[in-house]
Amino acid sequence: MQATKHSDVRSRLLRFLEDYIILVPILLLMIIWTFVAPNFLTYGNFMNVFRQVSMVAIVAAGQFYIICAGYLDLSLGALVGLCGIIFAKSMVDWGMAPLVAALFTFLIGLVCGATNGSLVTFCRLPGFVVTLGMQYIARGLCYVITNSYPVSRIPASIAWIGRGYFLDAIPWPVVIMVAVFIVVAFVSKKTKFGRFVYATGGNQEASHLSGINVKLIVNSVFILGGLFSALTAIILVSRLNSGQPNGGTGFEFQAVIACVMGGVSLSGGKGKAIGVILGAIFVGLLTNGMTLINVDSYLQQVIQGVVLIMAIGVDVYKQSRQAASR
Amino acid sequence: MDGHEVILDIRGLTKEFPGVRALSDVSFQVRRGTVHALVGENGAGKSTLIKILTGVYSATSGDFLFKGEAVKVEKPLDAQKLGLSVVHQELKLVETLSIAENIFLGRPQTGACKLVNWRAMRAEAQKLVDDLHIRLDVTQEVSRLSVAQKQIVEICKALSFNSELIIMDEPSATLTENELECLFDIIERLRRRGITVIYISHRMEEIFRIADVVTVLRDGEHIRTMPVAEVTRQQLIALMVGRELGNEYPKYEAEITDVALEVRGLNREGVLHDVNFNVRHGEILGLAGLVGAGRTETARAIFAADKATSGEIFINGKKVQIRTVRDAIRHHIALIPEDRKQQGLVLGMSVKHNVSIVDLGNVCKNGLISEKKERDLARSMIEKLDISTPTEEKEVRLLSGGNQQKVVLSKWLVVDSDIMIFDEPTRGIDVGAKSEIYKLMCGLAQQGKAVVMISSDLPELIGVCDRIYVMREGTISGCIDREDFTQEAILDMAIS
Repeated sequence: MQATKHSDVRSRLLRFLEDYIILVPILLLMIIWTFVAPNFLTYGNFMNVFRQVSMVAIVAAGQFYIICAGYLDLSLGALVGLCGIIFAKSMVDWGMAPLVAALFTFLIGLVCGATNGSLVTFCRLPGFVVTLGMQYIARGLCYVITNSYPVSRIPASIAWIGRGYFLDAIPWPVVIMVAVFIVVAFVSKKTKFGRFVYATGGNQEASHLSGINVKLIVNSVFILGGLFSALTAIILVSRLNSGQPNGGTGFEFQAVIACVMGGVSLSGGKGKAIGVILGAIFVGLLTNGMTLINVDSYLQQVIQGVVLIMAIGVDVYKQSRQAASR
Repeated sequence: MDGHEVILDIRGLTKEFPGVRALSDVSFQVRRGTVHALVGENGAGKSTLIKILTGVYSATSGDFLFKGEAVKVEKPLDAQKLGLSVVHQELKLVETLSIAENIFLGRPQTGACKLVNWRAMRAEAQKLVDDLHIRLDVTQEVSRLSVAQKQIVEICKALSFNSELIIMDEPSATLTENELECLFDIIERLRRRGITVIYISHRMEEIFRIADVVTVLRDGEHIRTMPVAEVTRQQLIALMVGRELGNEYPKYEAEITDVALEVRGLNREGVLHDVNFNVRHGEILGLAGLVGAGRTETARAIFAADKATSGEIFINGKKVQIRTVRDAIRHHIALIPEDRKQQGLVLGMSVKHNVSIVDLGNVCKNGLISEKKERDLARSMIEKLDISTPTEEKEVRLLSGGNQQKVVLSKWLVVDSDIMIFDEPTRGIDVGAKSEIYKLMCGLAQQGKAVVMISSDLPELIGVCDRIYVMREGTISGCIDREDFTQEAILDMAIS
C-alpha cells in the first residue's frame, strides 16, 4: 500500500511536470528579461504584457477547440481584422449603436466560422486550405471595405473595453480573457460538448461510430473560432481607438504557438485550456521582452517562427515516445 | 503434362514469423507453359509463398529452383530480372502517367545523352499491347483506364521484362463477366507463347475452366498438387478446408425466442443488393463469406454508418427508420467494428472516457459530467468484464488487444444494447482472449440479446453460432442451421 501511494505521488508529479512543462520556459524568459531589460519587472509593463496577451489568448481559445477537434484555423487573425473593420464601420459609418454593432460583429464572426466549418464537413475540403483561403478573403475584404484607410472617430463610450481598468487595477481585456478561459476550461472538462470535441479529434471514425455527430462538432469549433475572433476584434478596436485593416495580423500564428507551447497536441484530441493561457503568456513575454531590448520587429518574426517549429518538434517527440512505449 | 519441363521447383520452403508458422515445408513443381492454379482459404499461406518467390520475404529455410537453377531473390527487382513477375490484386501503377511510362517505369528507354527516347518507348509498349490482341493506345493516362485495362498494363509490364512466369494474384476479384473473358483470352495467348501462369483465385469455376494443374495449400502446408482433370469441385473444397474442429468453442444453450431484428431488401449502390435476414433474441447469428462479400457493409448500413440506398429494418416486429448512428443506438443496436484501433476506440483517451462515450448523459448530473459517476461506471465495467488495467485512467492504447476489445464491448453494454453486431471480434487476439470473447457473446445471448457475428474464421463461426447466413457478392447466398453446419457447405455458398 505504502509503495503504491509513493508511486502514485511520483506519477502525479511526473504528470504535472509533463502537463505544465511550459512553466519552465516562462520562468527562464522572466529571469532573462529581468536582467537584460531594466523596465521589464514593473507593474506598468506587466499590465501591458497581459493586455497584449489577452487578445492573442482569446484567439488561442478558439484555436484550442479547433486543434483539439483535429484541425487548424489559419483564418483567425484575418477574421479579427475583418470583424474589427465591421465593428468600427457599423458604428462610425452605418450608424449602429455600439451594442448593436457588437452583435452584428459577432454575427459576422459566426458566419465566417460556419463557412469554414461547412466547407470542411459538408464539402470535405481540407481544413488547412479552406482556412488559408478564408484568411485571404477576410484580409482582402478589410482593405476593400476601408479603401485601406483606418476607420477612426470611434465612439468614446466603448473606450473602456480596451483601455479601461476593472476596480482601477486590472485592465478589462485581462478580465475578459480570464472569464473566457474559465468558461473554456469548464466546457472542455465538464460538458458533453467538450468531451465530444476531444473524442472527435482523437479518432473521428470511432467517434462517428459511437453516435457522436462529428459534423456538428467540427462546425461548432470553427464557429467558436469565429466568435472568439469577433470578441478579440471588439477589444482591439477599442484599444486602438480605430478599425485597422491590418488588425490582428499574425494572431492565428501566435495562437498556434500558444496552443502548442501549452501542450495542445497538433494531432488532435489532447490539451488543456490552462496550458493555452500559459502558452499565450509565454508568447506575450517573448514579444514584450524583445521589444523592450529593441529587437527589430522583423527579427522578432524570425524568432517566433523558430519557437513554433521547436515547440512542434517537442510535441512530435512526445508523440513518438508514446508510440514507442506502446 | 509431364512432357513439359519444370520451370519452378519449390523445395521445402518454410517461413516463420514470431509466433506463427506461415509456411511449413512446402514443396511442389510448376511446369513450363501451364496455367497452374493455387488455392486455399484466407491465411493458407498463398501470399506468403508469393512474397518469398518475388523477394519480398526471405524464407526461414528451403529454396526454389527457377529454370533448373538455384536463384537468389533478395528484392522484387531480382525476381523481375529473372523473368518472374507478379500482377497484384491491388494494382501498383502510377495513375498520373501514361500506359507506356508505366510499362517501362524506372527503366525508361534511353537514347543519346541518356535522354528518354519517347518514340522507341511508345513503339515498344504498343507492340506489347498489340501482341495480346488488345486495342489500347499506350499514350493514354492510366487513371482513365478501367480496372481490367489496368490489369492488362500490369501484364504488359511483366512481359516487358521477358517474364517466363507470371503470377496473377486474384485477378478476377474485381472484374465483370466480359472483362473476365478477355482475361482468359490473354491467359490462353500467354500459354501458347510458352509463358507459365500461376493463377490464384477463390472462384472454383475459373480454376476448372482455365487451369491445367492445381495446388492446394492449407494452414501453411502443401496438401496436394494434381491435374485439374482428376479432381471434382467437391473434392477440391474438401481439400481446402479439411481440418478437424477442436473444442475451443464454448457454447451455452440459450433460449431462442422472437425475431429481434429483421432486414428486408437492403441495398447500397454497387455494394449490397437485396440483403434479407433476421436474427432472434437469444441467438448467435453468423455472417460468413469471403473478404469483400459485403458483410461489413451490411453491418454498417444497418447501423447507418453508411447510407443505404433502400431497404426496411424491423425491430421486434416494428418497422423503424434509422438515419443516423444515434438512431441506431436509440433502437439499442450496437456495432463492435472490425478494426478496433481505427474504428472502435479513441486510443489516446483513458479507459474511463472510452467506456462512457456512447451515453455520456448516463454519467451526467444536472447536465454536467460527474467525475464520480463516470469513474464508478468505468470501474464497474472493468470488474464485470475482467478488463486487465491498473486503473480506469490508463490510456486504452496501452492495453492488450483482448482488453481493448473488452473496452469496446463495455461501451455498448453501458447503453443496454439488445442487438449486438460483432465484426471480426477475434481478429488479432490471442487464443485465450478469443475464448473469453466467445464466452461473453454466449452470455449475452443467454440474457436474451440478439448477437450477430461476422467472421472469416469458419471453425469459429461453426463453433459459436446457432445459424449462419452466407454472403457472396453483396447479397445473401444462403442460410444454414446449426445441425447442417459444415465448412464445405459454407464455402460452397461463399464461392460462386
